[in-house]
Amino acid sequence: MFEFPKWKFGLVAGLVFLAALYSLPNLFPQEPAIQISANRGATVDEVLQGRVEGALKGKKIDFFGLERTDTRLMVRVRSADDQLLAQTTLSEDLGDKFTVAMNLASTVPAWLQALHAKPMTLGLDLQGGVHFLMEVDQQAAREKLEERYVSEIYQLLRAEKIPYRSVVRTRDGLSINLLNVEDRAKALAEISGKAPDLITEEAVGADATVLVARIRPEKIAEAQKATIDQNITTLYKRVSELGVAEPIVQQQGQTRIVVQLPGIQDTAAAKKILGSTATLEYRAGNDSVNAVEAATTKRIPPDSKLYYDQNGTPVLLKKELIASGDQLVDATSGFDQQSGTPMVSVRLDSAGGRRMLDFTSENVGRPMGVVYIERVPETRIVDGKEVRTFKETQTVISLARINGVFSNSFQTTGLNSSQEASELALLLRAGSLAVPVDIIEERVIGPSLGRENIEAGIKAMAIGTAFIILFVMFYYKLVGIVTVIGLAVNMLLLVAILSILGATLTMPGIAGIVLTLGMAVDANVLIAERIREEVRAGNSPMAALRAGYEKAWGTILDANLTHVFASLAMFAFGSGPIRGFAITMFAGILTSMFSAVTVTQLIMALIYGRKRKVQAISV
Amino acid sequence: MELFNPNANIPFMSWRRISVTISLILVLASLVLVFTRGFNLALDFTGGTLVEVESEQALDTGAVRAALEKAGFGTVAVQSIGGAKAVAMRLPPTEGSISADQAQVETAKRVQLALADAGIQVVIKRSEFVGPQVGKELAEDGAVAVVFVLLTIMAYVAFRFEWRFGLSGIVGEVHDIIITLGFISLIDMDFDLTVLAALLTVAGYSINDKVVVFDRVREIFRSARKLGAEDTINKAINNTLSRTLITGVTTFMALLSLYFLGGPVVENFALTTIFGIIVGTASSIFFCNPMLLWLGVSKSDLQVVKKEDPALALRP
Repeated sequence: MFEFPKWKFGLVAGLVFLAALYSLPNLFPQEPAIQISANRGATVDEVLQGRVEGALKGKKIDFFGLERTDTRLMVRVRSADDQLLAQTTLSEDLGDKFTVAMNLASTVPAWLQALHAKPMTLGLDLQGGVHFLMEVDQQAAREKLEERYVSEIYQLLRAEKIPYRSVVRTRDGLSINLLNVEDRAKALAEISGKAPDLITEEAVGADATVLVARIRPEKIAEAQKATIDQNITTLYKRVSELGVAEPIVQQQGQTRIVVQLPGIQDTAAAKKILGSTATLEYRAGNDSVNAVEAATTKRIPPDSKLYYDQNGTPVLLKKELIASGDQLVDATSGFDQQSGTPMVSVRLDSAGGRRMLDFTSENVGRPMGVVYIERVPETRIVDGKEVRTFKETQTVISLARINGVFSNSFQTTGLNSSQEASELALLLRAGSLAVPVDIIEERVIGPSLGRENIEAGIKAMAIGTAFIILFVMFYYKLVGIVTVIGLAVNMLLLVAILSILGATLTMPGIAGIVLTLGMAVDANVLIAERIREEVRAGNSPMAALRAGYEKAWGTILDANLTHVFASLAMFAFGSGPIRGFAITMFAGILTSMFSAVTVTQLIMALIYGRKRKVQAISV
Repeated sequence: MELFNPNANIPFMSWRRISVTISLILVLASLVLVFTRGFNLALDFTGGTLVEVESEQALDTGAVRAALEKAGFGTVAVQSIGGAKAVAMRLPPTEGSISADQAQVETAKRVQLALADAGIQVVIKRSEFVGPQVGKELAEDGAVAVVFVLLTIMAYVAFRFEWRFGLSGIVGEVHDIIITLGFISLIDMDFDLTVLAALLTVAGYSINDKVVVFDRVREIFRSARKLGAEDTINKAINNTLSRTLITGVTTFMALLSLYFLGGPVVENFALTTIFGIIVGTASSIFFCNPMLLWLGVSKSDLQVVKKEDPALALRP
């Protein structure tokens, strides 16, 4: 057993070399940097570079390593504080046309990068940043879905000329109230046929004119998934607009989305952008009725709705929508040429553009209103349970006469400040959330704490390892030294695997590595103790060596498998940092089994395998 | 060099009545502690807001608490962490109507302002907000995880060895976990997610220890001709004593360095694991093996089953 074929040596040596190679990137710390990319309508060129250099020099920010490609410009700075200052300076300076993001630039040499070797990603508790967990309001999603079906049923009934009283949403589904009892069968057939996603049946009970429709559960599930996907896309776009490089936006569980923004410190701004559901609506103004009068007498014409503008003055706008934020393709903020007030310049898609064209060509001289809608979630604790409601504010921000015909490209003024304008533009660009979200968990880690954690973790690892190494070498002599080599290989393999996997290293993850070290020694201790026993029992040295490995193997397997169960449980039931810990422990178990048994065996073979007669095993 | 006499034959099993009694008393005491004193559950499980601040001057928790009360935060748990200059504040989930935007958006900043008003200048190190729903779920998931680990381990051990081993193994595990929980309750440790991870680690480690002893028990049963159950188990423990203690020492070194140098995030993790490992190691000697004896383990249970050769069976 201790005469190993040469290829085995080669294989293991090769593996160790690869492991060393792929662990190397971790030695190159990342540098704070600023990444500037161009939005639509802007280019990355020397002009931009000049502006950036000028702005940074103006604030006396020391920078270096300017890199420019066709799509982006990267500049490195000396410290995290400089980075923050640079980011605020540049975003103000460059405005909406460019996205200025804080980034961690890699200092890994090019040849390593070519091999796809990269360092481990640092978790938020080591890097500093913000973590949000958001809950998608599935209730609102269902309501929206039901509304859609309500209007679909209306259209159907009208098309078939079936007279109806109403179609309303109730707790159990949609309640369709027809006018005539005779129509019920026909209506049932029509709706079941044309709306297969609904389960429609006659209502149980006295009223023979009522049909009840429920949405199929599969359809609801499908819609829920779609809303989450859509929300993730929107949130991702918004987060990119915030200027965070490498954000994480992922689904967690059935109804939740986790958002992690490394480097961001200002949660208020981040939350506002993330949770906000502001959008615009364009509606025709109703100037045949006096709005103030309508408000006081409460006699509002059936085709209109009453709104209020920012000063509280009532405005009457028609119910029918000309265009809404969903149909937006692009939006930028700026200042109106004539009045100098902040404005948002908007571009609609072709459908929206056509409607706008139709409307404006027929209505020159008549008013058009722009409604700014914002939904702010509110959570109340009623009877010990959480009740989530939404406070929707609709304000008319502009009521102007149409003085020209336009289709898909125009401007909207009436915003309070340039800040509001640029926020609105951002939200319109990134898209509206399919369904509102609620922030249910939030963690902020300051950057200094992140750095402290890294230092503490490394120190703990180093000192713990040092003690273990000294003790083992002293107690088990040569076998001890072989154990230590095995440990070193173990660490290399572990770091390499974690780096290649792109796993995120967190503080618990570092704890996991330290623990793996302690337990990796266990396997070697089992082997060493066994060898000692065999020697004591009177076996020849080589036989003792062999027997030690053989007999210890079963126990090592059993012991490590139980650890695997523990880490699987942590992975399955944990989240976030606990998962990181579980992954580290799991990988650590595998690498320690390999290095403790196979690698040390090979080394022993090298030492003892070639000798003709082994006097004694130094253990 | 040997730390322990390899030919020692310490009669562990003869002390089993005493050792099991002590173990049971400890378990009972821990249960009492857990059910009366309860746990100091951290934010991860209760929900609420946590704000950690640091200051140039020494911070007096009393003054901080008073400042926060004056600002209308109500009673806030204020704790000094890592020296006099850093303080952690825990605000329970707010009752009444809160706009998700408001209450949590600027809580950290409001705390900072409130303190500044009272003349205490601080810098925010970190803040956390966990919604009560999330907290409850984490607590439930955590409990399920522990049960899951225990069950799978029991099944595995019963499969690898024999049902008696599986049963005594699981009883030992439960014993270890309960006593560790008692310890957590006793010292009022901040019970957060890392402590939960530590509990699971302890479960894994303690069964590791037991498996090593069980393994040796099985080997001796199969090889030794005339040893009775009690002597067999004694021998097994003595043989593995050296390994058990050395591994314990090395793992200890790793954990101690984590505890002293690793910083606040892993402190509780390290402490829990250290305690759990001590209890786990002791229980594999003093609790599980007596169980095995009482369950009546014997050589025949571990015999390799020989297939009946039909030809042989026919012979007279």
